[in-house]
Amino acid sequence: MKGNEALAEAVIRSGCRFYGGYPITPQNEILEYISWRMPEVGGAFVQAESELAAINMVLGAASAGARALTSSSGPGYSLFQEGISYLVAGDIPAVIIDVARFGSGIGEISQGQCDYKLVTRGNGHGDSHLLVLAPCSVQESVDLMMQAFPLAEKYRHPVILLSDAAIGQMVEPVNLPEPQTVDINRDAWTVKGCKGQDESKKITNVFYYMDDYNSYLRDKYQKMQEEEQRWESIMTEDAQLILVAYGISARVCKEAVRMAREKGVRLGLIRPISIFPYPGKAFKNIPDSCKALMTVEMSITGQMAEDVRLAVNCRYPVYTYGTGIKVPGSSDVVRYASDIIEGKIDKEVF
Amino acid sequence: MVIKAPDRITYTDGHSFCPGCGHGTAIRLIGEVLQELKLEEDSIIVLDVACGGMPIDVWRYDTIEAAHGRPVPTAVGVKMVRPDQPVLAYLGDGAAYSIGLAETIHSARRNDNIVVIVLNNCVFGMTGGQMSPTTLQGQVTTSSPNGKNMESGGATLDVVKLLSSMDIAYLARGAICDAANIRKAKKYIKKAMEKQLNQEGFSLVELLSPCPTNWKMTPSRCADHIKEHVTSIFPVGEFIGKEGEQV
Ligand SMILES: Cc1ncc(C[n+]2csc(CCOP(=O)(O)OP(=O)(O)O)c2C)c(N)n1
Ligand code: SF4
Ligand SMILES: [Mg+2]
Repeated sequence: MKGNEALAEAVIRSGCRFYGGYPITPQNEILEYISWRMPEVGGAFVQAESELAAINMVLGAASAGARALTSSSGPGYSLFQEGISYLVAGDIPAVIIDVARFGSGIGEISQGQCDYKLVTRGNGHGDSHLLVLAPCSVQESVDLMMQAFPLAEKYRHPVILLSDAAIGQMVEPVNLPEPQTVDINRDAWTVKGCKGQDESKKITNVFYYMDDYNSYLRDKYQKMQEEEQRWESIMTEDAQLILVAYGISARVCKEAVRMAREKGVRLGLIRPISIFPYPGKAFKNIPDSCKALMTVEMSITGQMAEDVRLAVNCRYPVYTYGTGIKVPGSSDVVRYASDIIEGKIDKEVF
Repeated sequence: MVIKAPDRITYTDGHSFCPGCGHGTAIRLIGEVLQELKLEEDSIIVLDVACGGMPIDVWRYDTIEAAHGRPVPTAVGVKMVRPDQPVLAYLGDGAAYSIGLAETIHSARRNDNIVVIVLNNCVFGMTGGQMSPTTLQGQVTTSSPNGKNMESGGATLDVVKLLSSMDIAYLARGAICDAANIRKAKKYIKKAMEKQLNQEGFSLVELLSPCPTNWKMTPSRCADHIKEHVTSIFPVGEFIGKEGEQV
């Protein structure tokens, strides 16, 4: 199946029963697929007038107890910020898909990975961080989508699934999971009418009614740090240089590791699957053989490199092979990594 | 005469409207309508963060306080999940006609089956009385110190003119200025709720309302001003969906 369509089917199977979204390439297939599929399972689909409306519809639907989702890409994701910040402040679980594309401003419809800072550092005003999952294949898009709502509900917090144009358009075989459903009345806190109850439910900033919100929010993020770091490590044990990449770039890097090793260049790969919380634990046992790390990403400035520097506590140089609008080529990655190992590159950013 | 507050509204607890504010009357009318129609335990209300957000702490209906200007799309999300339950959005003129105008119009265009009550006090009350799209020509506000005019603030927006071509269930405007008008306003709210129960679609009821603090007038001056001046610019009445019990 095509990445975006498989992901859309997983949205339905994860028990999502409200979708509001606004068209934007390269995620239109998600909205289009859900437009006919959602009514089949008795859920609601709205093509909203804007991403601003969509995210606030999601806030209402999630507050009313449904698993609710919206999807967009770069420019639309920027417009979500208001609602995302409020989902965090209101302790409201929901899922947002960002199929990243290239560029600031009006952007470009082709592939890119320039929303890294936006999804890990952005998310509106306040101390808003979201749990962000970044698949690197069609199957993994489906699998992570199935985990997204349970995670959102575990923390009463919004979750982002960060895909990209390349994965969204890719066709791969996929195993679809069994469909889930949830009861919209399952949680006490949601608005459902105050039948038979003296008190009513209030959805607003939770800190209005909390004595120590600072600790509450810190503890929530701390628990995510402890329990939700996800990654894959490939051949890092004896690596001379460790590549770090997520999403489409990670696929390229897997190939690069194989090619390099055939030539006797010992590359390894750390592939973050959760990018917030960042999988710092993956960087705990870097071997003595390792001279440097190198992020491979489709951004111009190496948006993820900062997280890698933090993860290694600046003990190793961190380079970036940032390709912007082009998908990195595996042989170029090997060449650049070899140059770093041989001391030919002095700038840390490509 | 004894005015009894609706069972689920407690004005004493956390209520912080300024004396003479129209919001207090408007939320009482909403509460009375819900009680009379026996909808209090089933309804879900969505408020704006502006002055009209305060009822969240003085009433006991399941309530969402939406982001500024977003009560309408938030209410749409609720309604789509719970189509059999009454959903009402309550917001100010700044919320409905400035930052949230697109959302208001598109909800009307979809004829979403919700009730939208807009409290129009012709200013941004909460933030200190700046001009809003409904500020009258010549009106002095904190952001139109010499009186609003076309050059400094543009035209005055009339929701009735804006929505009257639309295929919606109900459109009415009432005024919170005297007993007769308040009774009428309550009937409009009730009719809108009944239309929602009958699955007729989108209803918008605008309530012209005093903001004594920012109008810098006593409550009784405000009432006269609404009767004499504001209603001459914004006529009250039913404009779409009149049929049913004559109000
Ligand atoms: C995005 C955003 N912009 C601005 C504000 C500040 N703000 C709060 S209420 C308000 C205007 C309120 O005017 P209105 O909707 O007419 O309500 P009133 O207080 O007059 O009843 C503004 C501008 C905000 N809360 N959020
Ligand atoms: S500022 Fe105006 S609208 Fe706000 S509570 Fe006071 S009188 Fe009411
Ligand atoms: Mg106002």
